Amino acid sequence: MKVIVQQESFEPGQVIQEFQDGLPRGKHGGVVSFVGTMRDFNDGEDVVSMTLEHYPGMTEKHIEQVCAEAAERWDIVDSLVVHRYGEMFPNDAIVLVAVWSAHRANAFDACRFIINYLKARAPFWKCETTTAGEKRWVEHNSKDPKAEISDSEGVKRSA
Amino acid sequence: MNITVRYFASLRDRMGRADEALELDGDSVSVADVWAKVTDGQTIPDSTLISVNMEYTDADTVLKDGDELAFFPPVTGG
Repeated sequence: MKVIVQQESFEPGQVIQEFQDGLPRGKHGGVVSFVGTMRDFNDGEDVVSMTLEHYPGMTEKHIEQVCAEAAERWDIVDSLVVHRYGEMFPNDAIVLVAVWSAHRANAFDACRFIINYLKARAPFWKCETTTAGEKRWVEHNSKDPKAEISDSEGVKRSA
Repeated sequence: MNITVRYFASLRDRMGRADEALELDGDSVSVADVWAKVTDGQTIPDSTLISVNMEYTDADTVLKDGDELAFFPPVTGG
């Protein structure tokens, strides 16, 4: 398990490959990844940039806890989470969750569990800048109806 | 006893400070007591999240010397 919280931008495919190069050869049959990227719109307005704040220490602690729990719940080979903070722009990768396992079902389930928990519990806050130059805090993540049940389930299981 | 209180994001903006050191009297001071102290008697809004030493907790938690208490709005990462 590896958790990285960093200010610098990153290229998800490169990060996945570099991590995978360090894994035992032949033990995984696949990798499932989720990459969250920045939209240029939110709540009906155009957004030109976003600054992510976090609670150093608590952020890493909680993401590591959920990765550890995922490894207990599903038979996986390893997991990797990279999450940015600081200023970013549309199309930038915000977060990467990648899970390696021998068979795909465990990797899909563990990856979904980690990103849902992270969105619900990891102490990050988005502040957007609109085209009008207004800075505004995002007060809640937008709803993903198909993820909603899993989100709450993830929090309950991880609490 | 002495504790540190931290505020994040929009809550920090509203409080006008990122953190503060508090000296508290008594042995059974709760999170709710601290919030009342720093906001001139207000109750904690339902949407406000609370952590003590980087673990989520609730307003009834009793603090101890050296604790790091934090208040923050709903999280929006990912």
